[in-house]
Amino acid sequence: MRELPWPARIYFVAIIGAAVYLLAHCILAPEWTADIHWPTLLVLGLLFLVCESVPTLLNVPQAAVSVSYSAALAAVVLVGAEGAALVGLMAVLSVRPGLAVVKRLFNGAQFVICGYAAGRAFELAGGVPGLPEITDFPGILVPYGAATAAFVAINVALTAMILLLVGGLGRHQVALRGMVQFLGSYVGYATFGLLIAGLWATVESISTVLVLLPLFVARWALGHYHAEQRSYDATIAALCQAVETKDYYTRGHCTRVSAASGMIAEEIGMGAERLQAIRYAGMLHDVGKLGVPTKVLQKDGDLTEEEYAAIQLHPMRGLEIVRGIDFLDEAFAGIMHHHERVDGKGYPMGLAGAEIPEFARIIAVADAFDSMTSDRAYRKAKPIDVAVGELLKNAGTQFDPIMVSTFIKALSRDGWHPPQTTPAPSDDVVETTAKDHDDPTMPIQVVSER
Amino acid sequence: MAATRSPGLDSGQLLLICAAGMLTVAGISHTAAVGLVDSQVAIGFGVLIAAGELARLTMPGNREVAPVSTAASLGYALLLDVGGREATQSALQVVAVMSVGMIAGALPHIAVGRPPRLDAMARRLLAGSLLAFAYRPVAHPLYEVAAAGDWWPALGVMALLIAVMLTADVVIAAMLRSEQVRTAFGVAVRDEIRMAAPLGAAVAASGMLLALASHSMDLTALPAFAAPLLVTQVAFRKYAGIRATYLQTVRALSRVTEVGGYVEPGHSRRVSQLSIAIGRELGMPEPQLLELEYAALMHDIGQLSLRDPIPGGATVLTDPAQARRIAELGAEVIRKTGVLHGVAEIVRRQCDPVAESPPAASRIIKAANAYDDLVGASTDRDRAAAALERLRLDGGTEYDPMVVEAMARVVDRLTMTRL
Repeated sequence: MRELPWPARIYFVAIIGAAVYLLAHCILAPEWTADIHWPTLLVLGLLFLVCESVPTLLNVPQAAVSVSYSAALAAVVLVGAEGAALVGLMAVLSVRPGLAVVKRLFNGAQFVICGYAAGRAFELAGGVPGLPEITDFPGILVPYGAATAAFVAINVALTAMILLLVGGLGRHQVALRGMVQFLGSYVGYATFGLLIAGLWATVESISTVLVLLPLFVARWALGHYHAEQRSYDATIAALCQAVETKDYYTRGHCTRVSAASGMIAEEIGMGAERLQAIRYAGMLHDVGKLGVPTKVLQKDGDLTEEEYAAIQLHPMRGLEIVRGIDFLDEAFAGIMHHHERVDGKGYPMGLAGAEIPEFARIIAVADAFDSMTSDRAYRKAKPIDVAVGELLKNAGTQFDPIMVSTFIKALSRDGWHPPQTTPAPSDDVVETTAKDHDDPTMPIQVVSER
Repeated sequence: MAATRSPGLDSGQLLLICAAGMLTVAGISHTAAVGLVDSQVAIGFGVLIAAGELARLTMPGNREVAPVSTAASLGYALLLDVGGREATQSALQVVAVMSVGMIAGALPHIAVGRPPRLDAMARRLLAGSLLAFAYRPVAHPLYEVAAAGDWWPALGVMALLIAVMLTADVVIAAMLRSEQVRTAFGVAVRDEIRMAAPLGAAVAASGMLLALASHSMDLTALPAFAAPLLVTQVAFRKYAGIRATYLQTVRALSRVTEVGGYVEPGHSRRVSQLSIAIGRELGMPEPQLLELEYAALMHDIGQLSLRDPIPGGATVLTDPAQARRIAELGAEVIRKTGVLHGVAEIVRRQCDPVAESPPAASRIIKAANAYDDLVGASTDRDRAAAALERLRLDGGTEYDPMVVEAMARVVDRLTMTRL
């Protein structure tokens, strides 16, 4: 509480006050306490508590939409506004570990307000609280929709307000796509609330089990999915780094290219699936480099055409290795063509301009930038502004100017952490190379054999 | 998981498909003869079954499931009434609706060149039919009780019969699997239960939900009642997707050692396949097999940290200190993931002699690796026999005799099928 800024504190107290007033109003209303069906209220309250304790985390770290919301809406239909407010109060008792008392109080208060408002909206739109009959369907959809809308609107407004006041809302979290997902899950959970209420007349509390069991199983599977996803990301990074250990100076290159490609892709507004694909493509872009004989990379001076051809082969080698993975096709294209140049002088196919796949144009910029801002055996790392100048100089010939300017925009906002200054290798176990095929400031020189 | 499948269907699968086919014919012809009872309800559930079949998904271990379709089948089999009107369809009509719905849902997949797994479809049909034949005869008395206001007997019977049905399904699946991938039946049952339990619970709940929902709401609410299960299905699809990508990625990246010239082409893949076959032979359950596969695929990853490839790459011929160092380096790489601790441990101990009692998976990889170094991609039986003989000579000190004997059986089977 103390660490909150003062507007947030005032807001917090106001919400708690409003909730307490509503609760007092409910409990003291004699006509309501007379005909309340306590067992129903109790089951719904417990249900709300159980659901609230295992939230389904969405992409906003500070806020979570949980299934509990279906229980609150079912309460609106079955026991009316006052009951819904009481059910919402159960959020205070949530057994979620590590939840601060302040958050508990706030959640409880705002659910009380939301529940009550939804109940009033339900009645205003012509709904009558109580067990729904067969004849109520589908007419009940109108008041139920009104209740849902009231609940969601107030819930989002109250929560967004506190996040705003605390300063926890970043740029990424209010993306339109996220909002759509958010609202989508709200509508979905609302449906579940109606299902619970609709079945209550037949099998009472069993209906909650039948409706929510699949959801809990889904939550379980999603948990496993997230765990596997994290494990997968760690594994792919570790394996790519293993491929790089051979060359002392390029260690960590793959993860940084992955990050920089992700920055550009995010800036140009790529969707979540493509964003993930380009991160993987950036990670794996040089996996074929192991096929280039070490002596070619370590050779001082100009390369023969044959040796240069060996270097030019590495995107294809990389593609050959990763082809068996179920990525988006674009990711493969990105790996295959990340050394094409906009002027058509790149390799392996000499594509030019818009012929080069979007992923490849992005990875090319990220790749060159990380190469320039890292130490190499033959030079020190360049400062970021020098590297940016180099990107700008080559925009239109080597790089896609749009990707370059997008990257600069993302850089100026998010910043960049170049690798730590690499100390010169001490033992002779590690290897260093005399050239870096990614470095635009040191193009590889090829001598004709004839 | 790399299933050592023979190209055709096993006898168990054929039997299952024939049974399902006969049931389909019986159901459809009976329904055609006596006419469709409550055609609207039948069509509603049939459409839901078809939609579920369209949205089938493949779970880890190449198991095809269609949760929404199965739940709709259960719902239709368990139906007591629709909006207060008693449901009087016969078990054979349930079979007919199920099979027509499933076939309709499979057609779009066939049109785009993704043929259905006939055995999986047959299993779904048989499980649903089993429930229908057990439940439809008692549906009328249950309806009488429920109509009087007491739903608990109906609920109890439904839950009991679904539990029986799911058990039967798991047993059939385990039987098929143990024949298909040659694993012990007991192990297969545990694997199937681990895979089927969460999804089975969700499907069972949704099936009952669909049956009960038709009582208090109109049929138009059917899709809404499939919604909770749809969420489950989406979650499982994501989970299955990442599991598949994970395996593909490790398989793909295990090849970098080949591209870099550290090992013979195809070495990692062959070692992993042989290791899994041995692991199955020794009765390892699936989670352990997965770790074994990862470790086998990545057992040579430590060589990437070496300055120069070992000539020929064969680690059975390199000096033990060097091999041990490669194992340590490989484990170091895998430990960096921060998650695959078990795999790192297996890789680290892959060249320990038997006396140091390394994990079973390490012993398997050690033997499989040595075998592949000696035999390679060759399919020559004499060469295989000679390699096995050599491993047997070192059995008890370097190699675990049980692993070598299991390998002998596996190799024998493989060379037999190749001939």
